[in-house]
Amino acid sequence: MAKLPLEGIRIVELCPVWAGPFCCMLLADWGAEVIKVESMQHFPVYSRGLVQARPPVMLANQIWSGYTAYMLQGYDPAATPWNRFVMYNCHARNKMGMTVDLRRPEGKEIFKRLVKVSDVVIESNSPRVTEELGLTYDVLKEMKADLIMLSLSGFGRSGPYKYYRVLGAHQEGFAGHSYIRGYRDMDFTTNVTLYHTDEAGGAHGALAVVMALYHRRRTGKGQHIDMAQSEATIPHLGEAVMDYTMNQRITERLGNRDYHGAIQGCYRCWGRDDWVNITIRNDEEWQGFCRALGDPAWTQDEKFADHSSRRKNHDELDRHIGEWTRQLGKYEVMRILQAEGVPAGPVMDERDAYTDPHIRERGFFNELTHADCGTHLYPGVAWKMSKTPNPLRLPPVRLGEHNEYVYKQVIGVSDEEYQELERGGHIGTDFVPEIP
Amino acid sequence: MPQQVLSDVKVLDLTWYIAGPYCTKLLADYGADVIKVERPGEGDPARKMEPFFGDDPHPEKSGLFLHLNTNKRSITLNLKSEWGQKVIKELVGEVDILVESFSPRVMPSLGLEYETLEEINPKLVMVSISNFGQTGPYRDFKASELIIYGMGGAMNQSGLPEEEPLKKGGNVIQYQGGTMAAIATMMTLLIASSEGVGQHVDVSLMETQLGTVDRRMAQLLSYQYNKATTARADPRDIRVYPHGVFPCADGYFELSAVGMLWRVVAGMLDMPELEDDPRFSHPLAQQIPGHRDQFEEIWYPWIMERTKKEIVAKGQEAGALCGPINNMEEVINDAHWWERGFWAQIEHPMTGKLTYPGAPIKAEEMPWVIRRAAPLLGQHNEEVYGKQGYTKEQLVTLKEKGLI
Repeated sequence: MAKLPLEGIRIVELCPVWAGPFCCMLLADWGAEVIKVESMQHFPVYSRGLVQARPPVMLANQIWSGYTAYMLQGYDPAATPWNRFVMYNCHARNKMGMTVDLRRPEGKEIFKRLVKVSDVVIESNSPRVTEELGLTYDVLKEMKADLIMLSLSGFGRSGPYKYYRVLGAHQEGFAGHSYIRGYRDMDFTTNVTLYHTDEAGGAHGALAVVMALYHRRRTGKGQHIDMAQSEATIPHLGEAVMDYTMNQRITERLGNRDYHGAIQGCYRCWGRDDWVNITIRNDEEWQGFCRALGDPAWTQDEKFADHSSRRKNHDELDRHIGEWTRQLGKYEVMRILQAEGVPAGPVMDERDAYTDPHIRERGFFNELTHADCGTHLYPGVAWKMSKTPNPLRLPPVRLGEHNEYVYKQVIGVSDEEYQELERGGHIGTDFVPEIP
Repeated sequence: MPQQVLSDVKVLDLTWYIAGPYCTKLLADYGADVIKVERPGEGDPARKMEPFFGDDPHPEKSGLFLHLNTNKRSITLNLKSEWGQKVIKELVGEVDILVESFSPRVMPSLGLEYETLEEINPKLVMVSISNFGQTGPYRDFKASELIIYGMGGAMNQSGLPEEEPLKKGGNVIQYQGGTMAAIATMMTLLIASSEGVGQHVDVSLMETQLGTVDRRMAQLLSYQYNKATTARADPRDIRVYPHGVFPCADGYFELSAVGMLWRVVAGMLDMPELEDDPRFSHPLAQQIPGHRDQFEEIWYPWIMERTKKEIVAKGQEAGALCGPINNMEEVINDAHWWERGFWAQIEHPMTGKLTYPGAPIKAEEMPWVIRRAAPLLGQHNEEVYGKQGYTKEQLVTLKEKGLI
């Protein structure tokens, strides 16, 4: 068995919300020792909770639920909600965690000592944050000449929007994604909040760090990478960009239709809220589709004779397809159509994902035991390497969970110093009482 | 030509459509020498996909293809021929990376499975990108952008409760899969070059969605923790306001109230008298029947007489999390990305100079450079095959036989 690709690389994570933590997760998954730096004196919204460190959890789950829920089973109200928040725990596996108050001089000092023994610093804040803390690349590289630092802000460290406060949802709007998604016949107020910039920004950020490590190995040089999550998103909208620059055409919303003219849609199936996606790209797939349905009379209609006429009569075709799928289960539709070479697949909810035979056989989910949440299956690593089996190793990191290890063994503080910092409120596993 | 981070990396590119080519585009744009292998005559099917320059469906004028294949060299080769397979094996001996995005049964059927190629080049990094991965019962299933998102991603939670679930825009799921594949490629190269051992990487586009941060990972974990599946919710039913997408004088803008203090809203509206207004200043007070109507009587007149630009400027000044809903014309004309030098101007023989998306990663030590536009089909046959020792006369014969 080969080594994990990033074994021996230490990364300091100073990242709120999603894009930065996702970036660091990808690196932690593949062997980097990621140390998440948090503070008992600072509660970042959307990170260890939506708004408060100690919210009325039952109420919060009623209001927000889903991907912003807290783990409730066996819930003890006196326990630690910030260690049970799914928006955080989903990306916090395989990481270590420490606390330190970066607003005080001795906290900054500790941070710099940590940087001195690390390879990479990743931060995903507004540029204002590191500037105000005095922890910019220029300062930190004094600690380590070949330091790699990734700044993963919304808009980068130059330009008119440098200091804009945004989440993924707002960057989507700036970058043009929000405009091209949504129902064709409804206005933008029906747009569900999405965060494509978080996954695009986080992934490009991880790529940047791995390339920088490759560069460092060859040249001995570190560097500062000034990324803008929005700039990592625009290339994902390539065809819409090019249609404008080539033809001055503004891409409008297509609902579930295909940008490149395939016949497709999301159709209701038998069940409460069950849906199947079907795509028919060419004559061969159309013939397979007709065979799968047993060649009903309507498929012989002139209107559906060739691809361009099917495109022209897409709405009517949708009604016929929907009438057929309505009588069948979503998995059944997939099996019937795939057997004839027609692309089709169910819209999977969470229960489907955990019971799906393909996902199970691929061993995608891995079990982890978390001290406050118990034992559960977590989404595993996003790709497989043939010589490096890679199940998840560590459960989502709790606030300050590895303080002793990081302070004493990584940074090298003495027992006395440790106790002093503990008394000074830097080291702990709880937010200070002033934080609600 | 400036030295780039991947200038000494050679890539054999057997990918097509979107995900694979985006992966190898990332490598090529940061310096790698990418040889793109295309089918004789037709080439990468992306050449036939919209949008086209001047709406002319010509294989050298697809905007999708032009965007996805910058900095690559193109050769044509019939992989089904014995000679084609021999050439691939020769090239495998000379490259660091092979990326392919065929359906999983194709490479073994051509005698080009990893085990064979590994014997030729033990350090080879081979990356296979497919819809569902190289193993498992759905291995040979067909898919599309929509289907991958429905099975892997958070589609079940996207859209209105009474309507069908909704995909994301364009082809972003495939681009994201390509981005993830590029990370996998670089990590494997990193370890392969230090340990001298290559590997086969299996990237399933479905799994890149199951393991992604745009709600899916959190959703899946939420189900594990609380045994509750998520459903679609109407974004207009949000409890804490103002939150969501709103109309204004010239379009729409988005603003998030969650995690934001009410006084930020009062500041944005220039209405200091609202700062401590007991009707709105606490999220729970906002829930009292009638308060939302009273808020909207203040809110809508204010937003409807301002442009999205004015509103976003006001909001950002007050510290609100907000942004406009911009169309592609507005995105491309936005001063921010011009000032950052984001857009690239690329000259191509069939289209002239056009504006393309630029560097997704900006770093002084790792410049993003356009060395050449996307290749014409087979543009580099002479160059590449010449280096492999084939003469011009032999190339003519090979072309006649339909091999290149």
